[in-house]
Formats: sequence, structure tokens, C-alpha cells
Amino acid sequence: MATEGVSRKPVLEMVQAEGADESCVTYVMHDEDHTLGNSLRYMIMKNPEVEFCGYSITHPSESKINFRIQTKGGLPAIEPFRRGLTELNDLCQHVLNTFEMSVKAYEQQSFEDMA
Amino acid sequence: MAVPRSRVDEIRNCITLTEYGVRNVHTTDFPGNYPGYDDTWSQKRFEKNFRINIINMDDSTVEFDMIGIDCAIANAFRRILLAEVPTMAVEKVFIYNNTSIVQDEILAHRLGLIPIKADPRLFEYRNSGDEEGTEIDTIQLQLKVKCTRNPKATKESSDPRELYVNHMVYSKHIKWIPIGNQADHFGEAVIGPVHEDILIAQLRPGQELDIVMHCVKGIGKDHAKFSPVATASYRLLPEITFLEPIEGELAEKLKKCFSPGVIAIDVLEGKKLARVANARLDTCTREVLRNEELKHKVKIGRVRDHFIFSVESTGILPAAVLVSEAIKVMMSKCQRFLNELDLAQME
Repeated sequence: MATEGVSRKPVLEMVQAEGADESCVTYVMHDEDHTLGNSLRYMIMKNPEVEFCGYSITHPSESKINFRIQTKGGLPAIEPFRRGLTELNDLCQHVLNTFEMSVKAYEQQSFEDMA
Repeated sequence: MAVPRSRVDEIRNCITLTEYGVRNVHTTDFPGNYPGYDDTWSQKRFEKNFRINIINMDDSTVEFDMIGIDCAIANAFRRILLAEVPTMAVEKVFIYNNTSIVQDEILAHRLGLIPIKADPRLFEYRNSGDEEGTEIDTIQLQLKVKCTRNPKATKESSDPRELYVNHMVYSKHIKWIPIGNQADHFGEAVIGPVHEDILIAQLRPGQELDIVMHCVKGIGKDHAKFSPVATASYRLLPEITFLEPIEGELAEKLKKCFSPGVIAIDVLEGKKLARVANARLDTCTREVLRNEELKHKVKIGRVRDHFIFSVESTGILPAAVLVSEAIKVMMSKCQRFLNELDLAQME
């Protein structure tokens, strides 16, 4: 890792047991809680390559979550992690577009009703 | 023996409310759980089934339905609306003179809770360690009120409104002091409290308040004063099904067990027949399960993926804008970790 002048607060760390291959990894995500944890867990569980996915909050006073992914068939765990994040992002984008369209349609409708 | 498909659909789609408990609460439609169902995530299938219907909307509230999404994500939006959409609120209170009977810290606490009408998207977060604050991250407000005796009051009156001038300090007494180029930047838009009639303190002649306040951008997770919603909540759409047709006097009894408007009674060939008119109005009290004759004829539950959201804003931003901002916050969270992964990949 390149040395930096100012120490950066960690955002994402990986914890892996010795001897385990890349398919079982625990990610430590800082400054996160159930908001991202539960929704990301749902998205990753929807992936058929994933054997196990779960998260836990280590201590309520610390805002970090331990996110564990185990995959079938030797697939590196980073793949479903990245795919889950991307799919969640696309889902939110679609929700945003649909919501804004509905708001416009509702405003249009009420404008027409008033006229 | 294979479970009939309709039972499986019931477990997958409906949360059942029984007399003593709730069944099928958790989402179970993950790949591999149900043979014959393809539960893998498919953006196309999601987009086909997903709908948002706005029920009513005005400046401060919006009530809308979100259909076809899972509880984990709907809950994430609710949590973000409460705690992670940023707003501006009073953070530092410089008290130059406070001779009222309200203590300094109580006064400062009350000032912090006043909603400030300033679009938080036009401001930045203050850098930690920066005490002074610049024009891009701070709003300066001033409260200067002195209470005096009213010389025109009659001798006998005991009404404080007649006897004293400025004895009630309202939020309308808070004035905006533009710093730097904020005056040109915001110009016509007046920055100040959302409501004018929030009572801050009461004074008597001789007492005065001389206070300067700095507002900064923050999120509800840090302090509840930064929360932009009065509240944001959702409920699931109730579902009432009859296991057998209910007629006659029993139909009348059934109608009384639910909230008004839920059950309608049709008269067909002289017989009264009950039908579900509008399950949305039901509050799921389970009253029907307390009736010995009716409890085996009715099944009540909730539809697992139909959320009725109700968001009420404190007035800083319109409620519909708040929902859009919450969804954008969620996307920025995902983006943050994707960037982190890309950074780690490059090394």
C-alpha cells in the first residue's frame, strides 16, 4: 500500500483466516449499520453462487459491521460483493427514476384537475 | 408429499396474522429454497414488477405506495430518511447577554431544535477542527430582543400583552446575517426559521437576549435536530381473504369487526353477502379472531412486498425531494464501497 502523509481512516478491511482460500472472506465495513448491511445482504443472497452471506454489528457503540461471504465452487468472494453493490446501485437508480416520474405525473394530474 | 403450489405462494408472498402470533415473517425467496422457482436477482424482472403510486402529496407530506420491493431495502430508505439526509441546524450559540430566567444551555438546546429553512444541498460540511466557519459551510443568525414596560398601558390592566413590549421571544425575532458573498448568492431567498411562531423564551422588563448562532450541515445520526422529517414510516398492505362465503347476520358481525369501509355488504337475492371493499383502510386489529364463529372463516395477513410510505417533512425541503435525496444517499453509500474496491484493486 502506498504510504500517505495524512493517515486515512479505514473504510473497508478484509479479514481472512490462514489457510482459507479466497472464497470465504469477512469484510469489515466502517461507518455502516443495518441500513446498508441488511440491504446488501439481501442483494448478495439473491446470487445463486453464494453459499452463505450474513452481517453482524460487532458492538453498538462502534459503527462498523462484519460482513461475511462464502461462495460455492471456489469463486473469489469479492465477485459477489462487487456484484451486490452494483446491483443495489442499479436498483436504487430505478427506484429514483420511477419515483420522480410518478411525482411529475401526479403534479401534472393535479394541475389538470385544477384547470 | 409435495406442498401444493398455492400454499407455497402464500408462504412466499403473504405474512399471516394468527390469533397468537405472526407466521411467515421473513423473506425466504432466495435461490435454492424453492424448487421450481427462479429466485435469482434479475433487474429486468424487478423493473417489470416494480411500481410507485403516489396517493397524495403536498409541500409537507407525501403518501405513496412502493410495490415489488423487499423489506430490507424499503427499511433502508426509511432509516436514511430519518437519520442520514443532511440539513442545516444551529450548532454553535454565542451568548453575549442572557438575563432571562431560561438557563444558557437550555436556551441553546431549544435554538438547536428550531428547523432552519436553508437548502442543505447548497452548503458543504464543516471541516473538523475549523472553529471559525466560512461562507460555504456556515449560516449566521442573530437573536436580539429586549423586554421593556409599555408606557401606554392602563393602570389596572394585568394582561402581559398590554403591560410589556417584547415579552415573548418567538422564532420570528431571529434574523439572518449574511457572511461573505451569501447575500449575492442567495439574494431574494430569505434564510431563517421555517416557522415564525415557535416560542423560544419569555422575558420581563429589564431582561434581554443578545445571541449569535452559527448553523452547520449535519445528519440525524449525529443529533436528532438534523433530522429533516417530522417522521417517516411505512406499513404493509393488509390482506383479508374469506375461506368460505359469509352471509346473513354473520356478515353484519364481520363488518363490525373491521375498521369502517373495509367490508361491504351486498344484497343478492334477498341474502346479505360480505365482500372485502377496501383492505387498505384496515388497521389489522385481529378483532375478527376474537369471535368464535368468524375466526375460522377469515384469514388476515399482510402483503409482503407492498409498502405504504408516509413521509412528513419539517418544512426545510418538500417531502418528495426528501425521498429523492434519501435514495441518492443510498446510492452514494454503494458508490463509496465500489470506489474503495477499485482503489484496492489497483494496488
